[in-house]
Amino acid sequence: MPAQKDRWVSSLVFLLFCASSIPQCGSASLQQEQSPQHYFSGLEAGKTSLAFFSPSVSPGAQPFLEHIESSAEALQDYGVSVVKVNCPKEDVSRYCGKENALRKAFLFRGNRLIREFPTDALFDVNSIVANVLFALLFNEVKYVETLADLQNIENVLKGKSNMVFAYVPATGTAEHRAVMEAAFVYGTIHQFVLTTEAALLKATSHDDPDVSSAWLLFCHCQQVTEPAQACRRTALAQPLTLLNIHRHLKLMGAPLVTEVAEDPEKISTVHLQLGLPLVFILSQKETYEADRRTAEFVAWQLLGKAGVALLSRDLVELNVLQRSNVALKTPDEGMPIQYLVLEDTDEVITLVEDKNKVKQIQEDEQEEEEEDEDEKENNNQDIQDDQVVEAVSRDKKRELPLEQILVLTEENFHSSLSEAARTVVLFYASWEAVSLAVLRSYSEVAAHLQGTPGVLLSRVNCWDWPGLCSQENVTQFPTLRIYQEVQQPVTYGGMWGTEELSSFILLSQVSCPLKLATMDEAEGYLRGEFPSELSSHHHTSLLGVFSSATSKAREAFEEAGNILSGHVRMGMYFEDDALALSQKYSVSPPALLLARSGGRSVEGIALSEHSVQDMVQMIRYELLDIFPEITVPNLPQYLQLGKPFLILFSAGDISQVESKEMLKLAKGRPQQTFVVCWLNLKKTPVGYGILRTYFSTTPPLPLLLWVNLHAGGQVFKFPSEQSITEMNILSWLEKLQAGLEIPSSTLSEEDWKPPLPAYDFLQMMEPSVPELSPRRGDTPAQHPPKSPGGDTAGGDSGSREEPSQEGTAEEVGAPGRGLRGTAPRLAARDKPGKRHSEL
Amino acid sequence: LGLALYACGLCAVSGATFLYHDYCVIGAGPAGLQAAYFLQRAGRDYIVFERSHAPGSFFALYPRHRKLISINKQYTGKSNSEFNLRHDWNSLLTHDRRLLFRRYSRDFFPNADTMVRYLEDFASLLKLRVQYNTAIIHVTLEKNEQAWNGHYFLLTDQDRKNYKCSSLLVAAGTWVPNVVNFPGSEYVEGYETVSINPEDFTGQTVLILGRGNSAFETAENILGVTNFIHMVSRSRVRLSWATHYVGDLRAINNGLLDTYQLKSLDGLLEGDLEDLAIVKDKKGKLHITLRFYLENRNTSAGIDSITLPQDELDNFATRAPYDRVIRCLGWKFDFSIYNRSLRMMPGKGNIKKYPQIKPSYESRGTRGLFVLGTASHSVDFRKSAGGFIHGFRYTTRAVHRLLENRHHGVPWPSTVHPITQLTNSIIKRVNEASGLYQMFSVLADIILLRENATAFEYLEEYPIGVLAELEMQTGRKARNGLFVIIMEYGRNFSGADKDVFYYNRAVGEAQHAWQSNFLHPVIYYYKHLPTEREMRLRPPDWPLPRPNAIHHIVEDFLTDWTAPNAHILPLRRFLENCLGTDLRNFFAESCFLFAFTHQKLPPSCQQGYVRMQGLLGSQELRQHAVQAGLLQDYTHTDFSGDRPPESHHGSQEHLMRDHGIPLRPLQHLVNAKDE
Repeated sequence: MPAQKDRWVSSLVFLLFCASSIPQCGSASLQQEQSPQHYFSGLEAGKTSLAFFSPSVSPGAQPFLEHIESSAEALQDYGVSVVKVNCPKEDVSRYCGKENALRKAFLFRGNRLIREFPTDALFDVNSIVANVLFALLFNEVKYVETLADLQNIENVLKGKSNMVFAYVPATGTAEHRAVMEAAFVYGTIHQFVLTTEAALLKATSHDDPDVSSAWLLFCHCQQVTEPAQACRRTALAQPLTLLNIHRHLKLMGAPLVTEVAEDPEKISTVHLQLGLPLVFILSQKETYEADRRTAEFVAWQLLGKAGVALLSRDLVELNVLQRSNVALKTPDEGMPIQYLVLEDTDEVITLVEDKNKVKQIQEDEQEEEEEDEDEKENNNQDIQDDQVVEAVSRDKKRELPLEQILVLTEENFHSSLSEAARTVVLFYASWEAVSLAVLRSYSEVAAHLQGTPGVLLSRVNCWDWPGLCSQENVTQFPTLRIYQEVQQPVTYGGMWGTEELSSFILLSQVSCPLKLATMDEAEGYLRGEFPSELSSHHHTSLLGVFSSATSKAREAFEEAGNILSGHVRMGMYFEDDALALSQKYSVSPPALLLARSGGRSVEGIALSEHSVQDMVQMIRYELLDIFPEITVPNLPQYLQLGKPFLILFSAGDISQVESKEMLKLAKGRPQQTFVVCWLNLKKTPVGYGILRTYFSTTPPLPLLLWVNLHAGGQVFKFPSEQSITEMNILSWLEKLQAGLEIPSSTLSEEDWKPPLPAYDFLQMMEPSVPELSPRRGDTPAQHPPKSPGGDTAGGDSGSREEPSQEGTAEEVGAPGRGLRGTAPRLAARDKPGKRHSEL
Repeated sequence: LGLALYACGLCAVSGATFLYHDYCVIGAGPAGLQAAYFLQRAGRDYIVFERSHAPGSFFALYPRHRKLISINKQYTGKSNSEFNLRHDWNSLLTHDRRLLFRRYSRDFFPNADTMVRYLEDFASLLKLRVQYNTAIIHVTLEKNEQAWNGHYFLLTDQDRKNYKCSSLLVAAGTWVPNVVNFPGSEYVEGYETVSINPEDFTGQTVLILGRGNSAFETAENILGVTNFIHMVSRSRVRLSWATHYVGDLRAINNGLLDTYQLKSLDGLLEGDLEDLAIVKDKKGKLHITLRFYLENRNTSAGIDSITLPQDELDNFATRAPYDRVIRCLGWKFDFSIYNRSLRMMPGKGNIKKYPQIKPSYESRGTRGLFVLGTASHSVDFRKSAGGFIHGFRYTTRAVHRLLENRHHGVPWPSTVHPITQLTNSIIKRVNEASGLYQMFSVLADIILLRENATAFEYLEEYPIGVLAELEMQTGRKARNGLFVIIMEYGRNFSGADKDVFYYNRAVGEAQHAWQSNFLHPVIYYYKHLPTEREMRLRPPDWPLPRPNAIHHIVEDFLTDWTAPNAHILPLRRFLENCLGTDLRNFFAESCFLFAFTHQKLPPSCQQGYVRMQGLLGSQELRQHAVQAGLLQDYTHTDFSGDRPPESHHGSQEHLMRDHGIPLRPLQHLVNAKDE
């Protein structure tokens, strides 16, 4: 774009240069003449000069002199020399002798006086150039005062030449100069008409024009054949400057429709050079005539905004859809041509105009970026951006099926609990979004568990019964507890999902650990058949086997069972034949037997001295899979290991081969320093979101990634050309470790800052509560010395400063800042917003 | 301490025998019993002295016409017991549900006898240690370095029995009638003794001195049988619905205003009672004159020689003679029993009826002496409810908590929550807390942030007047910034001459919340605990100094601040910006995505999902979130559009379709925080 501008600017300069046919040499500054005689004797026939006569010192004309001097250069381009003639003291000739002649400038062609200007008409360079050219171009530029005059000229011109009609609010202005300069160049091509009459402006423009701004019309009179026909007019949409006028006239001069028979990529027209788009109408031999008419129609509509070309598809090999009928080439370098299928010509016009509009808006935005951002922020502040709150609000009209769930109150709480062996209680607050979200899952649990004997689901709304909730030590919402007859209530600490809650409630039915009395029971337990309540529950079973002597390990196991109650299926066997049972799995008591997937594989682990916490930790660890499928609910368990992930993204189930290789890799090193896992995109579609963040698109699947979730956050992509085998992966990992691979992506390091600013009430209050502003003397007290290690609330205090209102006090003082937000505040006062006075 | 207790259980100092208790409470009225309740619950050694044979002796006499003007709201439509205390002005705080006042009376304005019965039950059901028929007639100090406060309080009763205590809680109320002395004041009857039988006033013309609720209550009682009633007072009438101060004239008593303003029957006059004089004529009628006229006269000369104002000004307002003049000028604190060494000084100006105390309710003159109940009203006189049962029941609890910390090392009770519960904690309290609501602008909830703002500590109903001393008074640390939650009326809304019914008086939009006029929650954020100096230099009429940030929750017609968008959302944004973090809730699926794409997680994921307590959410909810553009549904996305363009050479349709794919909403969600 800038390149193009340069191009046509230089062409203009060239034009001007050609037009100023009079050779001008030497300095472009003011010429000095000794005396009038000297001056007049030196005047050449065809040469134009602007002269003023001045006694040796004339203080009053001083500013005028400066303008004259600076206009000398501009006038030189038009072949006008500016001469200062000194009047000798004794001179009493026509120009020097009279007092008032000294306050005038005189324009001569040869030695003939063309016009004399009072110096107050020549108040600056613009007025000097405009007036001088106006005088010189007396024939080329017609000055009109009435509409009739204008129409007369127009009628005369019809069929002969085009007309440029300009309105300027006053002569001697910059616009006037621009029109005159353009007339100097184009005056022989087009008829220039000038007016300063506002009435004429009103008659020629559509809507209410602004009489204080200039206006230029190009009237296409040359093509008019019938005298009754009016000349088409194209207004200049930009401000009247020489460049804009030149540009406009150039565009008007260009052919209405360019016929093109070559690759549109290579085409360049005056429009593209001037930074305007070019519209191609794709034509075929069969429809050529119609297409031509369309193109002309469109061209008239777009005159001055875009060029139109008619591209014959028969002549050019186009690699585009047969249906495409329009193409758009923008002046921006490197932008590909857009091929479109459009229904009618309006679409073409909106296409171009909207592009311009978009550009315009973008430019505006850049200018008022700051303000705009403020506006945007203000608009978004009151829009809910909490997905849970918004989802619950949107769902609030749906009546929840809560019939199965008993409502507990302060009155019936204790009596209800004593009636049932086990009561599940959900403590929630009816106004709180997360509890309401959980209540929805809870209602699904109720439907799911309906008819299960021995399970009573109930709920307590802590908004209704705060005393009960605080008495039950419920400090956050929601809280789910299972109250049992004798034991301490068990508080749920797992995922708030229907399945997880159901599983917890079911598992809590049997004591944890469950004492198994016979070998049969123990075997049945490992197979998942005993106890019958849990037969539908397909999770890993855990059996602690103890000889009666190992009571300490057993105690720890029992304690661990209390902690893991509801989350893990735990059994315990310490009969006399415990040894026999454990030896079946080649361990000796105390030992843990782990039966995964319905007892098909039972694993024996020897138990050593364990504290309860260690025991819990170990059980949790042992329950993790070797090569797990990562899902939304189970990810946290693996995250807790604090290791990098080697994760295989798969569009569905992984193939047996890959599974085998990965399993080999996982099993190969028992003390694995990373988590080997996979993700099924069908089951966990949010995985697509992960891939998009890493690669911005979805790469071919399956895809193996190394993700440093905890340190550094680099993501490495296993080369897709290699097959996923243990060997390949290992050698890749080695290279990776050696730093030979380049990460494909890095996890964002950003802090979770407030999504949007808050209402700054402090700032809003200040104007109406002047005493609120901190007094100067108090400022030190406002920022007391930092107490040691004190200033770190909210993470690093530096990051906190920025969005918080800390700065407002200072900002008010700053002039620019203080004004900001004034308008909204005033608006707020005018429009106090929704208020309720009665009901 | 136990040993000291034992030793001093009955100790003899300079010949006199002293009965020792850690805490002595003077007065078994509502405040004294309330204090006793908390001391008893904490297992403290205390005794309450009551001059009468039963608790609440003031209520046994007053109000004379027996109608309490504290409301007894039986129904609020809510079962929330804490919330309901907002509209129960008579109950004391207790865990015992039997002791709710609404179980004692069905009247909206209950009878004073019911209050006496209630207080008796309160003392007996809770087995409070009250020593009746013990009027403390003298209090003095005994210096002792071992004592909690450097001295013991020595109390003497009417039988010269002596008591000794480490801490003295004065809950004696204000019961000494205010009396004005002027010539002829001997003809004036006091509110304490005036007949309450309207028949005694039949056909009489009555002048009432005073303009409080007792004056209007007296007038109300006889309005129907008198010729007319005039009321004189220095100040103009203050209507409680205009001032938001329950001690001003309540609408229930203002029948006289009706007859005055409607038909000029009865009337109000302004004038200083000190300038007044009353002369009695031969017929026993009382004439009003001015002290000025009497000064040069010999009063014995008789009525005829005294100039009456109407002699000079024949339309003098109170020229008609009165049959009776009644004094209803209120009460003041009994300063007489305190030894000078205690420096129990009356307050200045309009609080001279109360002893001088600090905002912590401790006497300015004596350490360890706390003033409770009505007598402590100087702290919030004509502002809040500290002079009334529904206010001082909370300030008494606050004093007890201060004492527990000071003498027993029991820090101010608090609960610790993860930062994700911050918004919830505030919303819960501003919606149900009664102490904040009744003692607006006096008691505040305090949130102390823990390091890194991952957790916070919640303290309830702390007296904000001593905010600067918070660490010392509560035993809690405020090193990482704090929030102060109070309730406020609009600053220029109420007042004696304000029109509180003007059009557009209520603000409805959250962004104009700071202009709210009705009682609404205000949250102040301080990065550092304000210093005493800052507290002193706070703007006039401000309860607290300039905070680092402030938030108003917009006033609500139902005082229900649980609207997700108008109340909770702006509050969350305020808290987020103070803490510099993102306090939004996220479904587990979002946390899952963040866990794989961000090195740090928002608090909701960090403290929930990562700890295996993620919110999976039902299908419907996730669907709603997707529709709201706050959650991306990846299940049905057409991924072909995402492939690199070169693999689709010549496919123009894709180009066109790409145009139509909107900005990915979740992307927006993630990026929103960058702005």
